[in-house]
Amino acid sequence: MALSQERLGRYNPDKPMENRVTDLGPRHFWQYFPPVIQNNYGKWKYHDILEPGILVHVSETGDKVFTVRVGGCRFMTVEHVREICDIADKHCDGYVRFTTRNNIEFMVDSQNKVEALKKDLMSRKHVSGSYKFPIGGTGAGLTNIVHTQGYIHCHTPATDASSMVKAVLDDLFEHFQGMTFPAQVRISMACCLNMCGAVHCSDIALLGYHRKPPIIDHEVLDSVCEIPLVIAACPTAAISPTKTEEGKKSVKIKEERCMFCGNCYTMCMAVPLTDKEGDCVTIMAGGKVSNRIHPPKFSKVVVPGVPNNFPRYPEVCEAVRKIINAYAADANKYERIGDWAERIGWERFFEKCDLPFTEHLIDDYRLAYDTYRTSTLFKYTDAAWEVSRAAGGID
Amino acid sequence: MAFEPREEQKELKYDELRIYSDEELNNYTEEELKNFKIKHDIPMCEDLEKGPWPSFVADAKREALHRRKLADDRMMIERDVVDDLLGQLEVSFQHGETHWKHGGIVGVFGYGGGVIGRYSDLQERFPSIAHFHTLRVNQPASKFYSTDYLRSLCDLWEYRGSGMMNFHGSTGDIIFLGTFTEQLEPIFFELGHVMQQDLGGSGSNLRTPSCCIGKARCEWSCYDTQDMCYELTHYYQDELHRPAFPYKFKFKFDGCPNCCVASIARADMSFIGTWRDNIRIDQKAVQAYIGGEIDPNGGAHKGKDWGKFDIQKEVLDLCPTQCMWMEDGKLMIDDKECTRCMHCINVMPQALWPGEDTGVSILFGAKAPILEGAQMSLLTIPFMKTEHPYENIKEIVDKAWDWWMEEGKNRERLGELIQRYGVPKFLEVLEIPPMPQMVKEPRSNPYIFWKEEDVPGGFERTIEDYRTRHAR
Repeated sequence: MALSQERLGRYNPDKPMENRVTDLGPRHFWQYFPPVIQNNYGKWKYHDILEPGILVHVSETGDKVFTVRVGGCRFMTVEHVREICDIADKHCDGYVRFTTRNNIEFMVDSQNKVEALKKDLMSRKHVSGSYKFPIGGTGAGLTNIVHTQGYIHCHTPATDASSMVKAVLDDLFEHFQGMTFPAQVRISMACCLNMCGAVHCSDIALLGYHRKPPIIDHEVLDSVCEIPLVIAACPTAAISPTKTEEGKKSVKIKEERCMFCGNCYTMCMAVPLTDKEGDCVTIMAGGKVSNRIHPPKFSKVVVPGVPNNFPRYPEVCEAVRKIINAYAADANKYERIGDWAERIGWERFFEKCDLPFTEHLIDDYRLAYDTYRTSTLFKYTDAAWEVSRAAGGID
Repeated sequence: MAFEPREEQKELKYDELRIYSDEELNNYTEEELKNFKIKHDIPMCEDLEKGPWPSFVADAKREALHRRKLADDRMMIERDVVDDLLGQLEVSFQHGETHWKHGGIVGVFGYGGGVIGRYSDLQERFPSIAHFHTLRVNQPASKFYSTDYLRSLCDLWEYRGSGMMNFHGSTGDIIFLGTFTEQLEPIFFELGHVMQQDLGGSGSNLRTPSCCIGKARCEWSCYDTQDMCYELTHYYQDELHRPAFPYKFKFKFDGCPNCCVASIARADMSFIGTWRDNIRIDQKAVQAYIGGEIDPNGGAHKGKDWGKFDIQKEVLDLCPTQCMWMEDGKLMIDDKECTRCMHCINVMPQALWPGEDTGVSILFGAKAPILEGAQMSLLTIPFMKTEHPYENIKEIVDKAWDWWMEEGKNRERLGELIQRYGVPKFLEVLEIPPMPQMVKEPRSNPYIFWKEEDVPGGFERTIEDYRTRHAR
């Protein structure tokens, strides 16, 4: 059955329910497994990373599958996907896989197919020079940055996503192709606090954040929004009902209570937050999802806000590089960024990363107490001496 | 081993489905692409063509050129959709603000999700993206594809949409980025009738479940992540397409505690593979690691010289429960003290494996910070044996949903409801007893909400009786 080329295809707007098929769900995964995967399903014995981006998995049957992992932009056109298909048809019998971190995996069933595949992938470049399929993203290195829509499709972002990821990965490209870190580094990016990308448990999280309270479109608010829902949407009860001078029902905002989450805007288009100077990038560090050695951890805010400097975000790239460099130089083998920070102490983390510690980094939201240090176990850093000096305790 | 799909799968052959001819697909030269300018000035976007990482702008431009050279009747929405998207992106960079309007209720008949309405707020300047609706297409479990499928999808989407996509969205779907309202139903009909392919979830319903690579190519997966993901996705199609929940709900399936799909951080209900017998050991291979014959950590540290592998320092001392030791040249593990963190297995994949008596741990309530702060999943059910079609799992899902749908407030995730009511209430809902494994430590305040039935004599008392013993 061919895809239709009629303007409305198989859909008849006069009888919209006619021939409607629903609830089919996703297609079944088994048909998309190449033979070596079907034959060895559940029989894999071990794996080894042969070099950055190249894995071998060995089955108890003796079969091997060689995987070449390449970075992908999550934003892809049909042109790019067709090129992926060309490669998969040429080298991989027409099969290909995507990872949860937007990498692409080409698999072959013998080592002597690997070299030709690698060569083909690395030879493909966009006319403007960037790689189309850079090999890497494995082991104790940097893998692809997962991200959200940003200005490409979203109505609530505080920054753009695709461009920031491009800028940071250009800057850290050698680490995508390398495996010189103490452990894997996972960077994630979300363009607002809604965190479609759920970046809150990443080694480094880049988060777009608003910093100005909503502006209120009194003229339309009552007609386009449910006022009680807008009020209920605010986690700090900063929003209350009001009437404009013309007698229109609307809302007012206690600005000092606003923590800029944007939940009100999600409920109501008449309270936009976005603002060129207000919107910024918050950087978090030290999270992870794996249970290895230590339990999963949340990322902690280590840079409260750097400006959105389009399109290359030099301040973001610089801060990320500082963290990465200090970590790579100082952490023990197998230590994730968060494990390292906890071992050396967060005061030492800020010192080693050369990041300023400001009052913004001390929690004052709901569960702040959990983050207070209630002991005398601390290390001396310049920041500590400054406090002693300010308190009149030392010269 | 083979799985039975719920419905027979139509075989998709690109040559039978295709819309575009080879000539149409190869309608520009590299030279033309080098000299190609889109219709707007986009210096900031073009700056993003530099550098080694794949440039999404360079990719977008070739799609723009491809559309430029297709005949007028070979696409059902505006030709300049890519040009206008890049143009609007450039303006967004200039303004430091997005130019997508808030919301827009569109969809396909009978579904409450799967389509995200989107309209430009610069429609006069960028008419080709006046409408820019997104469709979520439910990906196959663990994202393996055949090129026949992908090429067919590309033709469908270039013909009826922008030709721009996400592989994949954060939740796991294939995202079709940008089409006009008129084409939503035709795309849905083509997907269903020709490709036997459904949309994914959005809004206050079950979101598209996703899973790790599992047994397809991993030696550590403790259950069939793909099969459970497929089965539950199909079983709960109604919940996925027709919103009846207070807010979104996510299932994610990780085959082991390494958590490659981040279920513990992202899913309202996280399924994490585990085992209850002993870690399997190949003592000969342990010696090979000690002797330096095998690279530790699956080769992950090959990029740097970390010195000779030291099993004491790198495995035994790092074991969080200190339940491993060497004895007469053999690696010993006190398995009952092991918390299955996977570190030793990760370090020596040719010598150690998870046990063979495997199952799933079930955790509830993870979510991103909106609204009450981020939460990770609560360890609720330590171990379950389960087999296709996972009836014992479905019973638990249904209990949790019934309670959440009854008690949950608008936009309240399950994890927030559990916090609001307390874990004991949730255990009552699931009809399971408490265990110390549910907490990091017991409570440090004595503010226990004693129930009347917990206390001898109940709460029924009279002040008169009290006064018989105590003067006022």
